[in-house]
Amino acid sequence: MAWARRILRVDLTKGTCTHEPLNMEWAKRYLGQRGLATKYLTEEIDPKVDPLAPENKLIMATGPLTGTCASTAGRYSVITKGALTGAIACSNSGGFFGNEMKNAGLDMIIFEGKAKSPVYLFIDNDDCRLLDASDYWGTSVWDTEEGIKERHGDPQIRVASIGVSGEKGVKFACVVNDMHRAAGRSGVGTVMGSKNLKAVALRGTKGVAVNDMPAFLKAVTDGKKVLAENAVTGQGLPAYGTQVLMNVINETGALPTRNHRDIQFEGASKISAEAMAEPRESDGKPNLVRNAACFGCTIACGRVSTIDRTHYTVADRPQYQIASGGLEYEAAWALGAATGVDDLDALTFANFICNEQGFDPISFGATVGAAMELFEDGVITPKETGGIELNFGSAKALTDLAELCGKGEGFGAEIGLGSKLLCEKYGHPELSMSVKGQEFPAYDSRGIQGMGLTYATSNRGACHLRSYTVASEVLGIPEKTDPLVTDGKAGLVKAFQDATAAVDSAGICVFTTFAWTLEDIAPQIDAACEGDWSVENLLELGERVWNLERRFNLAAGFTGKDDNLPKRLVKDAAKTGPAKGLTNGLDTMLPEYYELRGWSKDGVPTNETVSRLTL
Amino acid sequence: MLKALNIDPGKCTGCLQCELACSFENEGVFNPSKSRIKVFNFHDQGRFVPYTCTQCDEAWCMHACPVDAIKLNKGTGAKEVDSNLCVGCKVCTIACPFGTVNYNSATGKVIKCDLCGGDPECAKACPTDAITYVDADWTGLDKMRQWAAKTDAGQQATH
Repeated sequence: MAWARRILRVDLTKGTCTHEPLNMEWAKRYLGQRGLATKYLTEEIDPKVDPLAPENKLIMATGPLTGTCASTAGRYSVITKGALTGAIACSNSGGFFGNEMKNAGLDMIIFEGKAKSPVYLFIDNDDCRLLDASDYWGTSVWDTEEGIKERHGDPQIRVASIGVSGEKGVKFACVVNDMHRAAGRSGVGTVMGSKNLKAVALRGTKGVAVNDMPAFLKAVTDGKKVLAENAVTGQGLPAYGTQVLMNVINETGALPTRNHRDIQFEGASKISAEAMAEPRESDGKPNLVRNAACFGCTIACGRVSTIDRTHYTVADRPQYQIASGGLEYEAAWALGAATGVDDLDALTFANFICNEQGFDPISFGATVGAAMELFEDGVITPKETGGIELNFGSAKALTDLAELCGKGEGFGAEIGLGSKLLCEKYGHPELSMSVKGQEFPAYDSRGIQGMGLTYATSNRGACHLRSYTVASEVLGIPEKTDPLVTDGKAGLVKAFQDATAAVDSAGICVFTTFAWTLEDIAPQIDAACEGDWSVENLLELGERVWNLERRFNLAAGFTGKDDNLPKRLVKDAAKTGPAKGLTNGLDTMLPEYYELRGWSKDGVPTNETVSRLTL
Repeated sequence: MLKALNIDPGKCTGCLQCELACSFENEGVFNPSKSRIKVFNFHDQGRFVPYTCTQCDEAWCMHACPVDAIKLNKGTGAKEVDSNLCVGCKVCTIACPFGTVNYNSATGKVIKCDLCGGDPECAKACPTDAITYVDADWTGLDKMRQWAAKTDAGQQATH
């Protein structure tokens, strides 16, 4: 019930697919998805393994709620040792793939080894086979998905695949499902590519049941009502998407601009949700076609967009004159403010290419921003860039590099290293705006102090989805805290981290937590699953998962010294906005955070903490 | 008052809550592959379209059935499949011009929308009112009201 109680182990080296029972003892302690798959991964691989070696494993995992009628319950995650970071990676995706996987009777698929030549995994309920993918190798996510559906004569197949960037070793390649939903960060698609695994295509018709159906239906109905009546999940996100944040964060003085040189972007309003809704001159239609939902989602924050047909990027390319996945806030920021580009159509085009060729727009845009700074400083020249004039604000440079990066060619291949390796290569490691090798998302931690601690301690490298204290510090959810002070942020970050780890282990979307607390979520999990899933137990689960990930990273070679921020954020004060004159106060937050976590001064979980959490 | 399902694709976000509700009502589990209503995603146009049986008066499926397994429910107007009589011959799936009667290989019978006996679960589950259950004689009422609101006729009188 809730869990399918079955996993599929795919040995790519031997070419075998074997079903195994799910370890229910672990399921009752790690729930599912992020927590449970991390448990499997950490038990099965050497933390010091090269992420791109056959000995690394890659797990696709659903949660116990995945496939049920709980709102947003279609999620799945990809868990592996990240190619971009060398740290634990867990990237979560919506769309419809997770639901289909659960309906094929699978909690998880574990990939190990490396195929001799490109393959894809085809699953039709109990029938699981590795098939030749040579027809799809070298083609995009979009062509692969359509090609596989055509080959099997079944338009209802769901596909998760990598693009050419993932084949070519771009370090921040994604696994993309349903055309434009991605397990986006940390290079999980790069690991998939290193295994010669092009795609997973599946069809599941088994159905999903839960433990206590009447209690579940009541809890789910109550939960949906809370989402519908909340201003963010009921109105803001469906109407404006996450892009509702662009102007808000700019006004907060926390919109990292031009590789974090600035903290406010003069072009923010031109790339905002409001701009996406504005009719354009050429055809009188807005960029935004409509909103769209992932499986089971009653929020529907997704964007469907078109590019102006007269725009230089698509004028003579009808294949991009379609409606497709539009800009989310993080992508709009990275492709836009981080590079200083305020051309909405260019950003939308770059976003299409990220989806089509499967790479992370956050790391891509942020790395282009870093390269632009290197270019403006004269460290790299048109000789290195292949003639591209890589100035801040150049839409053409951005879109050219998106296409090159998607193919892993030219200077696009260097962008594909990620900002850390790129900046190290050119002798300026300090210009990489990253933690543990992963680029920052769209919040400057000088203007939102808690996010500095969030980034520094995130187990998968800089990330907003590990503890979104923006909710509290800017939006006042669940209660307002002052974004400009460090007081109380250590506790806030820990609370968000633990709660989020629980949500990520359940099969639902973290965006529900704009409205839901664990008080709303626990009854849904408790009714669906065997065992006692109270708020307290979920928080303990979250803390257990957090420490499990931490211990993996420590064993992989990370130390407390890696809980750090680039000098720019802790030395160079913000120049404008409410945070003018401020740097991030990580030094004052970090020791308190370690103490609250029950870790030593070096950031190592104490024996007492380890035994308290039964790790 | 006879009621009918009224579908407004413009409001559909493609979330499939209708398919979840339908499959749960009919199969006891969440299984969109067994739903009587389907949402089609025309992704390159940004359109989602829910589609199901419209309960034709002179239903082709009902007339085509050789064993009279499809019957009119006079209370709801639904054409319902009697599983005890259905022999799985699939003639109704050929007869239906819209494709909304389908074979279920797990049971050897056909399945189609039966309006849940007059309280359709899909309509209750839809978070955006893309699927509503309204007066069968006035399925156009909402659209008429929207267009009426856009006309300027009558404005003079208020001045």
